[in-house]
Amino acid sequence: MTDAALPLQPDAASAERPRTQSTLTRVVHYTGLRMIAMFVTIMIGVYLTILIANMGGHVDKIRKGYIREQVAISVGFDEEFKNMNSEERRAHIDKLVALQENRMGLDQPFLLRSFRFLWGAMILDLGWADNMSSDSGSRMVRNIILERLPATLLLFSTSFLLNFIVGIFVSLYLSRNYGSRLDRVIVGLAPTSAAPSWFYGLFFILLFAALLGWFPFGGLVSAPPPESIINYALSVLNHMVLPVIAIFFSSIFLGIYGQRTFFLIFSHEDYVDMARAKGLSDRVVERRYIMRPTLPTIVTSLALSIIALWFGSIVLETIFNWPGLGRLLYLASNIFETSVIVGSTVVYAYLLGITVFFLDIVYALIDPRVKVGGNQGGQA
Amino acid sequence: MTAIRRTLAALSQYPSAVVGLAIIVAMVLFSIYIVIAIPYSEAVDLWRGGEGVWLENPRTAQPKWVNLFPGVNLPETITMGPAGESDDASVQKERQVVSEEMTDVITTFTFDYTADEFPQEISLFLTSEHEQKRPLVSLTWLTPDGREIRIADVTVEGPVTVRFSQEEKLQRRLDGVRAEIGLFADPASGADDPTPLKGTYQLVAAGLVFEDDADVDARLVVYGEVYGLAGTDHLRRDLMLALMWGMPVALAFGLLAAVGTSVSTFIVAAIGVWFGGIVDAAIQRITEVNLILPTLPILIMVGLFFSRSIWVMLGVLIALSIFSSGIKTSRAIFLQIKESPYFEAARAYGAGNFRIIFLYLIPRLIPTLVPGFVVAIPSFVFVEATLAVLNLGDPLLPTWGKVLSDARVNDALYQGNYYWVLEPAALLLISGLGFAMVGFALDRVFNPRLRDL
Repeated sequence: MTDAALPLQPDAASAERPRTQSTLTRVVHYTGLRMIAMFVTIMIGVYLTILIANMGGHVDKIRKGYIREQVAISVGFDEEFKNMNSEERRAHIDKLVALQENRMGLDQPFLLRSFRFLWGAMILDLGWADNMSSDSGSRMVRNIILERLPATLLLFSTSFLLNFIVGIFVSLYLSRNYGSRLDRVIVGLAPTSAAPSWFYGLFFILLFAALLGWFPFGGLVSAPPPESIINYALSVLNHMVLPVIAIFFSSIFLGIYGQRTFFLIFSHEDYVDMARAKGLSDRVVERRYIMRPTLPTIVTSLALSIIALWFGSIVLETIFNWPGLGRLLYLASNIFETSVIVGSTVVYAYLLGITVFFLDIVYALIDPRVKVGGNQGGQA
Repeated sequence: MTAIRRTLAALSQYPSAVVGLAIIVAMVLFSIYIVIAIPYSEAVDLWRGGEGVWLENPRTAQPKWVNLFPGVNLPETITMGPAGESDDASVQKERQVVSEEMTDVITTFTFDYTADEFPQEISLFLTSEHEQKRPLVSLTWLTPDGREIRIADVTVEGPVTVRFSQEEKLQRRLDGVRAEIGLFADPASGADDPTPLKGTYQLVAAGLVFEDDADVDARLVVYGEVYGLAGTDHLRRDLMLALMWGMPVALAFGLLAAVGTSVSTFIVAAIGVWFGGIVDAAIQRITEVNLILPTLPILIMVGLFFSRSIWVMLGVLIALSIFSSGIKTSRAIFLQIKESPYFEAARAYGAGNFRIIFLYLIPRLIPTLVPGFVVAIPSFVFVEATLAVLNLGDPLLPTWGKVLSDARVNDALYQGNYYWVLEPAALLLISGLGFAMVGFALDRVFNPRLRDL
């Protein structure tokens, strides 16, 4: 959680010539290997999550209590059992509960059960929620979570792309104008990234929503939602501005500072001087001789910053009432909705895994040093 | 020692580092002071005391210094009585014998009201001493322009609190206007936009007692709209307490978490590099798994299912951060120096693996640990705040995060109580920036590669 705060050391991996293979084969091969590795990694991560979640049998206890309640209610309403006395009825309920627990595998030893959970979690069979439902009325945790996912993805892919593009261009510009006033201002602002995005979100709400009234306090669309698609999109955009700015502000300066430093380090290499001496234009030197070797390092630090972003999202969405995964987790934790909490945690593990995997592929595409079947790129 | 002095000398080259150091030193000194001045148990008692402790504070009152802004003149809380307890001449109490059985105990509160806004509420706290017959107190309000308004008649049995806004008869007499407004409003101002009448007000509490030794005491509180240096929250608590006590908590949490994670990460990296082979590979794989473990959701689960204690959270946070990505950074540096000849020398004299790791490998690289460690402190301070905003703050301790969380839950921004958010946020920001500025400067000092950049 903290490591993204400092720019990483440039990777000291040795430059080894790849064997003569076409880029496509190399990348496909590499991708396949990484996919398997990442799948195993996600599986271990999810399993650990389950172990932590069920520490001391908490989840089981909650599930058992739920089963008993459901059975008791259904027996209570059933005409067939109306004329049973309480003794018989209790015995009957106990029998049904045991049957149900057996069906769900709750009477098995924990080790076996944990693997059942793992399988369920891997195929996103996350169980049923007791007190929450999706907007479409489903009580399946999977539906509840998947319904919220697009909002989160929309918010975070937008801010991530914005960060990435602005970051690269500004840091290239700064490394060109190293020592200028703008450069010093941005380096001076880098420590502001110590605070998470939700923290700046509070300030932006205060300034732009409460005092100036330019943007809404929060939410996804205005209520009632506009009829036409265009107005709907505009409304969403309007609601997105503040959270995106908050994310942007909280990470951009540190990002620029780190990237600028890498660009500077690489632009002092001998081969860059050589290229300049050959008379290549600044643009070509920048793109082929500075950007190219720096990108892998930048991608690595991006992976870390995205992970920080995911976690920042939980509070950010809560602050902005953004109906995404983070706010779902917050709501679920407020009403103690275990299945949704565990489910969201699993989905977060998936999201992180997919993010890291995706960046790995990008890494393989841009890093000419990736050795197939080597130490898996040496980066996560 | 010389190393520290040299580092400080190098740091003094960076103005931001000097400012940051000054902030850190001030925070540490203040934290020590506050922990001594208000001990832990007292702080918890005050913060958890509920309404009883803070009965005479207004709710969500802004800090007093808002009155320094031009055009703002909010009322302060006026607390008076009971008579005799202070030398306050504005509370006078006299006994008049009415008949053989009855005595009138008359307490008169006199005060000036000069604010431009109405007070928040008005309460009178009555206590009595009597054997059997309960005293009867009738309250009368005298305005500066000479109007006389009957408030209520109360029989006093034990401690009684008269909240003026809840007296239905009074409300009827004031034509449905809230008591705080009706009693202070200038009759000349319109009903739509009433303004308070400035001047000297009086409240007369005439208590009729029916026994010789019986007595009635009264204490008047006219709740203002401003309180103290920091204001109050929705439970009338003085925010100053939380803001002051939040500092040692934040410092302790940030420091311990940063020390715990950076040292453990460092040791794990050193062990991996030294043993190499399977150990190193295993550590690398664990790091990769750890990278995708959703730390914050796991913390939420721990907070919900087990304990919200700040120290449990701290432990879990450190445990989850041991195999963090910082290992990769440290590993790269360890790999570079592992080949130094003095390790050969150490092995030649028969030093064991752990002796080499802890006495030769790690000490050599402690300087590289320092900047990352300092930069990590504020992020952990913010982790505490993050947990608090998610309702997972420590149940007992007053912290900055809890103040922010309370403010958020009570829609402080929406309702215009900006001070509630801004005060803890400013403190978080200042402390975070202090550490970050020092950390960044240290990074440049210890990483010569960055120094020219």
